[in-house]
Amino acid sequence: MPAPQCASCHKARAALRRPRSGQALCGTCFCAAFEAEVLHTVVAGRLLPPGAVVAVGASGGKDSTVLAHVLRELAPRLGISLQLVAVDEGIGGYRDAALAAVRRQAARWELPLTIVAYADLFGGWTMDAVARSTAGSGRSRSCCTFCGVLRRRALEEGARLVGATHVVTGHNADDMAETVLMNFLRGDAGRLARGGGLGSPGEGGALPRCRPLQLASQKEVVLYAHFRRLDYFSEECVYAPEAFRGHARDLLKLLEAARPSAVLDLVHSAERLALAPAARPPPAGACSRCGALASRALCQACALLDGLDRGRPRLAIGKGSRGRDEVGPPGAPRERKQVGTPASEAVPTF
Amino acid sequence: MCQVGEDYGDPAPEAPLPPRPGRELKCVKCKEGLPTVVIRAGDAFCRDCFKAFYVHKFRAVLGKNRLIFPGEKVLLAWSGGPSSSSMVWQVLEGLSRDSAKRLRFVPGIVYVDEGAACGQSLEDRTKTLAEMKLILQTVGFPWHIVALEEVFSLPPSVLRCFAQEPAGTKGAYKAAVDSFLQQQHAPAPGEEQLSQSGTQDLQSPAVLPTAAQTEAQPPTAAQTEAQPPTAAQTEAQPPTAAQTEAQPPTAAQTEAQPPTAAQTEAQPPTAAQTAALFRLFDSVKTLTAKEELLQTLRTHLILHVARTHGYSKVMMGDSCTRLAIKLMTNLALGRGAFLAWDTGFSDERHGDVVVVRPMRDHTLKEVAFYNRLFAVPSVFTPAIDTKAPEKASIHRLMEAFMLRLQAQFPSVISTVYRTSEKLVKAPRDGSADGPPGTRCLLCTCTLDIDTADSATAFGAQTSHLSQTQPPTPPAEAPTTPCCSAAVGRAQGCCWGAGPCGRGDPRARVIEQLCYGCRVNMKDLPSLDPLPPYILTEAQLRSQRAWVLQEMQEYLVEDSDDEAQTGES
Repeated sequence: MPAPQCASCHKARAALRRPRSGQALCGTCFCAAFEAEVLHTVVAGRLLPPGAVVAVGASGGKDSTVLAHVLRELAPRLGISLQLVAVDEGIGGYRDAALAAVRRQAARWELPLTIVAYADLFGGWTMDAVARSTAGSGRSRSCCTFCGVLRRRALEEGARLVGATHVVTGHNADDMAETVLMNFLRGDAGRLARGGGLGSPGEGGALPRCRPLQLASQKEVVLYAHFRRLDYFSEECVYAPEAFRGHARDLLKLLEAARPSAVLDLVHSAERLALAPAARPPPAGACSRCGALASRALCQACALLDGLDRGRPRLAIGKGSRGRDEVGPPGAPRERKQVGTPASEAVPTF
Repeated sequence: MCQVGEDYGDPAPEAPLPPRPGRELKCVKCKEGLPTVVIRAGDAFCRDCFKAFYVHKFRAVLGKNRLIFPGEKVLLAWSGGPSSSSMVWQVLEGLSRDSAKRLRFVPGIVYVDEGAACGQSLEDRTKTLAEMKLILQTVGFPWHIVALEEVFSLPPSVLRCFAQEPAGTKGAYKAAVDSFLQQQHAPAPGEEQLSQSGTQDLQSPAVLPTAAQTEAQPPTAAQTEAQPPTAAQTEAQPPTAAQTEAQPPTAAQTEAQPPTAAQTEAQPPTAAQTAALFRLFDSVKTLTAKEELLQTLRTHLILHVARTHGYSKVMMGDSCTRLAIKLMTNLALGRGAFLAWDTGFSDERHGDVVVVRPMRDHTLKEVAFYNRLFAVPSVFTPAIDTKAPEKASIHRLMEAFMLRLQAQFPSVISTVYRTSEKLVKAPRDGSADGPPGTRCLLCTCTLDIDTADSATAFGAQTSHLSQTQPPTPPAEAPTTPCCSAAVGRAQGCCWGAGPCGRGDPRARVIEQLCYGCRVNMKDLPSLDPLPPYILTEAQLRSQRAWVLQEMQEYLVEDSDDEAQTGES
């Protein structure tokens, strides 16, 4: 059966059916539509003002690759300049390959690339070292907790290092939908109250963050990467994947099969969730050690590192708060000075 | 070694038992009774304690919320399933208690016969109905049986919200209880004789019409039989006085109503209506949308019954398990804005009739055990998704997922349920709303749609620039090219995939729907099979909106946003 005509340009043969609408499009039209949608999100959501220096969190995976590529296409029109920031978590055999992919991308697109390493930022702790330290505590799964918190911090540091005004990450609609499902299953009302938007405007001195791909489903991201022949790294991290997110992910796949719009319907639900004021988290303060955004005396990154330094890695992620706020041995001053960011910027303005 | 072995030689026959005596084979509550049910891990209840626990939960929910006023007419929505049956039994039991703890509202039961939508044959439906009636007669409340086919004769007013002054303050409840008690007690000391005789007088006529009915309709016979025992009880038992005092309102009620109002049973639906219903459900492309449609129609029918018979509350029997599943399902259906309405204890979206969910603290497991231990009858009727494969609909998927997860992590359902209690009904602040006061045509919730051009999930699906042109800066792209300026209400009219304009009925209906209902409507290729009341109301509303807009052009607005309107 010959492929139908592209529904948009009516010239080329259609090469795909859009997962979202079922429309038959040719590769060129699909990519153009995809880019237009991201542009629409950025412009209508007022995510990146003209003149912004945008740090793209690049992991080498499909989402960040597509994000960087789309933003590079749109950069002249949006009047922004791009900086790739990659984080080296120090995971032997996994990260090196991913970083090689990021380097190839940066070279091909001629974008400046900065790599920040956990080992430099966090007083010598690499994820391999963290994994070794937490291994005794019974649950290797907590690796992802450490890695997630520290990566967030590292990305922020990297962005400041290159003088960025905005941070963008490649989270797509599926990630958002999974997160909503998971937060309900875990009963995390605080996150439900906070989430839903396209990013945070940058409270408490943190850089504004946003997720321009949040309204694009994962399938479309993969299709875009395919038609643009993007080279990305697609291997799972060597440390155990998050078990509970796995449930949400499986469910989402099934829901999407039953109703193709389910992913965006979930995103819509997340945008519209209304939680009682009591469920909202208290206004954030500043970390007493590094000055970053924190809801307790120490920010989560400092608390985790503190626990690691004291040989009690479960301290900040375990149940209960016993010992959490004790002052540990004055940890190595691993504040911003190490990466050369002026400390004055860290002071939040209230 | 032998010594030791001999020591235990005697109780050896009881070998499987030893661990149990060690764990005290007693009820955790009273520490005496023989436990029969383990509800939560490790908590074994004896029969009596389980009953007390279960009944207390039911009454606590009602007591905590203080929404149901004494003497109020409450319609119990009964499907025949375990949860709603248990609810009916709780009410029945609550009404027969001694005076201090008696429930003080006046119940009625509604049963919606959905056989046509669920593909039941006519014989099966009559069989089910007979079974239902048998139970209804033993319960003895006034009952209403309606067939789903009756949606074709509903008036459009069902879809309107009749605002009512909020009566929900705690002070108001207390005052209402006090005045109710006074009404009951005041005549007692003064006019005891009169009241007594009045009761007698009232009661006998109350029985008489039913007796008259007995001749007319065979089924009422059992009902009439059910009545005398209560009267006999009233005379026989010591707390007679209290009970007789409590009786008058109900008796008066029975008299106040036309005697036939106690039981309404629709004439069997005409074949044409059944065929129309078949056609409607056949035309829906997915099971997900079918389930949602059925739920919508059922709600409208129950609401109509409640309104025509003067019930101001409707009780639904959703259990905690069911609500957790429903919450996750509705989340996936894009109804995030209405979760608190759809799953909370009370749902005031209809204004004059409030839906309450008193079974929301009971897990399905508790319900099942209670019904089994205390022989609560329930009737199995095939639902619309019975025998459907697990992947057939979002509802089925979510149900299977939640129950499976619950087996692995026993706290999931209660976690979801508790999270749902933190949701509020007010729209999330900062979210753009549709025009104020507009409500979804089908689910009567405040519209949760954004402008077509916003950076939201809705905007992403409605924006036009994505489909056709190569990327252009949206400043140049007109908002929605297919809608003429005269029509104005651009948003949503293009989502219906139909030609645009005021004349297109599909666009007209779609634009009056909330996000979730729009998604469902996409699975309904034609609106023609929909019951007339929906289409009529849609037309009415769009006409009204259009007239309003016409008028708006001639109104002189005395405000400062003229500059803004000029710009846009």
